[in-house]
Amino acid sequence: MSHHEHTTAAGASHGSTKQYVIGLIISIILTIIPFWMVMDGGFERQPLILTVVITAIAQVLVQLVFFLHLNTSSEQRWNLIAFIYTILTIAILIIGSIWVMDYLHYFMM
Amino acid sequence: MSDIQNLDAHGHDAHHHDDTDITVLGFWTYIMSDLILFSSLFVAFAVLMTHSAEGPTAPEVFGDTLGFVMVETFLLLVSSFTFGMAMLAQHKQKKSQVLSWLALTFVLGAGFIGMEVYEFNHLIHIGHGPTVSAFLSSYFSLVGTHGLHVTAGLIWMLVLSYQISTQGLTLPNVRRLACLSIFWHFLDIVWICVFSVVYLLGAIG
Repeated sequence: MSHHEHTTAAGASHGSTKQYVIGLIISIILTIIPFWMVMDGGFERQPLILTVVITAIAQVLVQLVFFLHLNTSSEQRWNLIAFIYTILTIAILIIGSIWVMDYLHYFMM
Repeated sequence: MSDIQNLDAHGHDAHHHDDTDITVLGFWTYIMSDLILFSSLFVAFAVLMTHSAEGPTAPEVFGDTLGFVMVETFLLLVSSFTFGMAMLAQHKQKKSQVLSWLALTFVLGAGFIGMEVYEFNHLIHIGHGPTVSAFLSSYFSLVGTHGLHVTAGLIWMLVLSYQISTQGLTLPNVRRLACLSIFWHFLDIVWICVFSVVYLLGAIG
């Protein structure tokens, strides 16, 4: 009990100032790029959408690793498994819904 | 969870009788279900985005608010960082530092909510309220739900700051701080999806 200061926050990995600063800087860059490209207005639609999607996924991953310290260490294993299962559920939900609704739209035309 | 692997770098034996790890895992599971809730709202938005009826289209609504949204985004992003600093101060057992970082996080989060309320008020005022079209209904539902989460996080932060200032960094308070930290970081992660899908893809059309 007396050593509770070292055993908190779901395992031992609680990051360092350096990790948080790196995460912040990469996140700022990954925010500015898509905002600047969309606000500039001089880019083609397809590469624009692709950039927005890729930078968003990249920033989510960066924050998971640098802010939430999600990794494959044993203390984090159940967190990671729950998270991966959630991502799978979300993927089925989103892709499935958009697929179905697109078909519906197509047949209603 | 396995005690053998819980022996940390400080060399302390982890056969402690605190339930922090299992509580945090439980809270993490709640966050996962919350992500499912948000993904349902994202689906609704994605499907209804083009259904603007007689009202304004997505590019018309979001086209010239992007600078505003970028400032909002930075407020929430930096608040996620300052909460991380509060967690590091907690690991060093620096109570006053924890409270200072929490106060800064609160100010940034409140700034974010203030901007969002202003934006909602502005949209309703110019006749782009949630009743205008399916697109605007789904927009207000999604962004409003996120805003309510952030507001709940701010209230929790106030209560926890009071608890830490009166009781100190006790085991229950450290556990609460760990849970709130997960909550807060995930709100920023959800916001990444919101600004990308709603505002940026919305502005592209």
